[in-house]
Amino acid sequence: MTITAGIDVGGAYTKVVLMDGEQIIGKAMLRTGYKPAIAAEECLVSALAAAGIARDRIEYTVATGFGRFQVAFSQLNVTELTAAAWGAHALFPQTQTILDVGGHAVKASRIDSSRQVKSFRLNEKCAAGTGAFLEKTARYMGFETDRIGALASTSAVAVPISGVCTVFAEAEVINHLSQGIAAADIMNGAIVSLVGKSIQLMKRVKMEPEVTLIGGIMRFPTMVSAIREKVAVDVNVPEGDLVQFVAALGAGALAQLQVRRLAEQGTPVTRRAEPVGASAS
Amino acid sequence: MTYAAGVDVGSTQTKAVIIDEDLRIVGRALVSTGSNVTVAAESAYELALKQGNILEEQDGVGFIIGTGYGRYKVTFGDAQTTEISCHGRGAVHMFPGTRTVVDMGGQDTKAIRVSPTGEILDFVMNDKCAAGTGRFLGAAASALDLPLDQLGPTALQSSRPVKITTTCTVFADGEILSLIGKGKRVEDVLLGVHHSVVSRSIGLLSRVGIDKEVTFTGGVANNTGMVSVLNQELGFDVNVSEDSHFMGALGAALFAMDRIVAGRTPARLQEVKA
Amino acid sequence: MTSTTQLTTPSSQLITPPDSLGSSIVGRGNKEGNRLFRDWYAELTSAPDRKEHSAYVFVMGSLAEILRSFDIHTIFPEINGLQQAVRHVADDDIGRAEDIGFSADVCGYVKADVGMQLRGGDHPMGKIPPPSLAVYTNACNTYIKWAEIWERMYHVPTFTLDVPGSRAAGRLTWPGQVDFENDRKYVAGQINELITLCEQVTGKKFDIDKLREAMAHTNTMSRMWKRLIEINKSTPSVYNAVTDGTVFLGMMNGYRGRPEGAKYFTDLVEEMEYKAANGIGTPFEEKYRLAFVGVPCYPIFRRFSEMFTEWGGAFVGSSYLWFASGGANLGYEYDLDHPLESLAEGLLVTVRDSMDSMFFSDQNLIDMIEPYGIDGVVYHPIKSCRTVSTGLADNRRAVMAATDVATLFMESDHMDKRVVSEAQLKNRVDAFFEGLATRKARRVSEGAHQARA
Repeated sequence: MTITAGIDVGGAYTKVVLMDGEQIIGKAMLRTGYKPAIAAEECLVSALAAAGIARDRIEYTVATGFGRFQVAFSQLNVTELTAAAWGAHALFPQTQTILDVGGHAVKASRIDSSRQVKSFRLNEKCAAGTGAFLEKTARYMGFETDRIGALASTSAVAVPISGVCTVFAEAEVINHLSQGIAAADIMNGAIVSLVGKSIQLMKRVKMEPEVTLIGGIMRFPTMVSAIREKVAVDVNVPEGDLVQFVAALGAGALAQLQVRRLAEQGTPVTRRAEPVGASAS
Repeated sequence: MTYAAGVDVGSTQTKAVIIDEDLRIVGRALVSTGSNVTVAAESAYELALKQGNILEEQDGVGFIIGTGYGRYKVTFGDAQTTEISCHGRGAVHMFPGTRTVVDMGGQDTKAIRVSPTGEILDFVMNDKCAAGTGRFLGAAASALDLPLDQLGPTALQSSRPVKITTTCTVFADGEILSLIGKGKRVEDVLLGVHHSVVSRSIGLLSRVGIDKEVTFTGGVANNTGMVSVLNQELGFDVNVSEDSHFMGALGAALFAMDRIVAGRTPARLQEVKA
Repeated sequence: MTSTTQLTTPSSQLITPPDSLGSSIVGRGNKEGNRLFRDWYAELTSAPDRKEHSAYVFVMGSLAEILRSFDIHTIFPEINGLQQAVRHVADDDIGRAEDIGFSADVCGYVKADVGMQLRGGDHPMGKIPPPSLAVYTNACNTYIKWAEIWERMYHVPTFTLDVPGSRAAGRLTWPGQVDFENDRKYVAGQINELITLCEQVTGKKFDIDKLREAMAHTNTMSRMWKRLIEINKSTPSVYNAVTDGTVFLGMMNGYRGRPEGAKYFTDLVEEMEYKAANGIGTPFEEKYRLAFVGVPCYPIFRRFSEMFTEWGGAFVGSSYLWFASGGANLGYEYDLDHPLESLAEGLLVTVRDSMDSMFFSDQNLIDMIEPYGIDGVVYHPIKSCRTVSTGLADNRRAVMAATDVATLFMESDHMDKRVVSEAQLKNRVDAFFEGLATRKARRVSEGAHQARA
């Protein structure tokens, strides 16, 4: 058995997935905060505890996410796009298009059967098209994040948000509230707007089936069904909270590949303590 | 005794003020606006009535004016007036020497030039870019996990502000976190944030012309750090009232009292009397 | 322009004038304007069937007279664009343009046009044919890049008319002066080049008599346009410079150099003079007289106007009627005995004036206050057009320093709904009128005071 780790240090959350061959044996997630190096370390420890194994059992670690260069214990760093491609492919081998609605960015990418990223487009915080925007809108109206889906599902009329700037969009929400528009309709509208932007991104990468959706927001059935309605083809959604771990899973899977390759070449794996510099992805 | 009321429905908070014939504040209340504006307005109004021991016989309150973004949803109000007019009126009432008002609330910043009688001579608003508004401070507070009322006192512990280079609020939390990550002290970074907001406010004020006395109104005026930095950058002290948060509602109440004095009876009371 | 008809009261609710002439005249301008507008677009839609040529041109220096003499239709993408916005179909087109790489900062008119062109020209008013050529001046720098888009898309020739502008505010040159004569020669030379190009495109020989005919019609229209702007000094004002103004601008541009245009404006002036003589104003009560500076907010056109009329705010004048008419407000009339030299002179004077109306309009505004009885000036800078919006803050300060008129500064866009916030606009408009009301009340009481003293 080959045990590897995949770690995704995102802007909002850090995720670790431990794999034994193709099986997930443990995972953990916590808030990144403002010290990514510490978050990475603590998350790894948490995942190891969940898997019930010792640290020295890990043969290879691949890191991804914006904070990947702060991970002291990885052997390889890859971009989130590559990691997501590997993760989506691992779960749904016919994936050709990935929509990743993350906390700070929404990315649409086209991949081929060998998991190569052919093209991608992204929308950031700047463009009011992220999961963080939905969370902020919910909290602003006095609702917890996990209530987003339930709240939106009670709405009959989506009152869309047209602003492109996060700041503008927030002002729009406030203006809607001040005109007496119901919170549910605003939440529904925020989701519709987000979905609209996501679909636009997917069109720009010329989406092809199968389409796989990833990112924390995909936990909400409302979000998934809103996308399903707008997209002509069927979409794959990883089960349960796995939607948030796809990049980490991909990193873990890549780590498995690395171990095999190195074994074929007869090269030993180097255990490093210090972070890698700019690395091949 | 006749009373007049003003209800200011802001983006984050709703304020109500009740004044008597001598134009003294007899009741005031502040609630979170939340997602139902009308309900917020009603609660604030009722709480203010209770605070002033004014009984439910609404004959006592001769006129109610709604202001703020949600003014058209103050369904029990008799008229609406913009916060620009209300802040001008309220500020001149509190500080008769006022010629310029800077109002910083939850959403936007306004610079208002007023006549000695509180007439609005000119105004400019920043309701688009959150930099230079309370929102920038709010972004800093959430990035550092600090309650808003601690921003000022914490900033004032510093004497060496760190320059904040980002102009866009969307990126403020990122810059603040990276500065902290690099080892800068929280108070120095916070003071830098305050300087950022003040410098943009002064830019806005310059567009209407800064005439003394300058009165600082709105919720952000409760931030001692902002007052201190503003005084420093202007080179003179601004007027700040304990009721700066209620300035809009006060102005609305004063306009309401004008109507009563002019003999106006709102439809709401005409039905009762009929 | 059916949507603008909705802005004015249906004729059944209009004030009935006392005599029989009156009953047929009031409201005629808007009715005829709508009909002619539809006719124009119908002609354009069917032009390819008749193998007729069309040119894409702009409101500031359309060279319509030259093009008419070659029977080339004039298409105004700026007017196409505003119609897309007024009818709420611009957003998709703008999005489509941004999808292929046009930045958020680019003029909304351009993006709406690109999006529509990519869809094959389907437009709410008909089908916009592709151009045989594009003609533009330097009055707006975006025109140049916009024409290059068509050059790439349709492989058609584009013609630049480079019109020397004012060297500085208030420093204009006039016929007889050396600089002016040099500039005129420069423009005249370019006109000749355009004529050659039109001959190549159409295969027809230039007909100077047809040019004269077109110029004669433009003369009438310009003369009438100048009069039209002056008539609104009357109290109450007889048309809304922003909403009715958009109809008038459609006519001034679409029918420039055509007999229908000359008739339209002659009739329009007759109607407005009638209204002025009989005290018939717009359907809305006039409490405050306002000037508008900039381009209107087309995505919420009706609501935008209502925000003002609800308070009794009447737009009696607008800088838009100056620059978007291509400087017709000057009332410049061509000398038909020397058509080409006169055309050069006219273009020089009017296009220059269009630019000045955008960049140096403060003195014109200051000069308007007294004769038009202006209570307030409303500045409307728009996000995607720096040409029109740059300098408005300084302009406002200059006007406030020279007069004691009230001003309002409100920002949105002419085409992009994403940066238009109705609630924020309304907040500023309401505050502005509250100030005007207090001001008026104070003046009334001061006046009463003085009367008693």
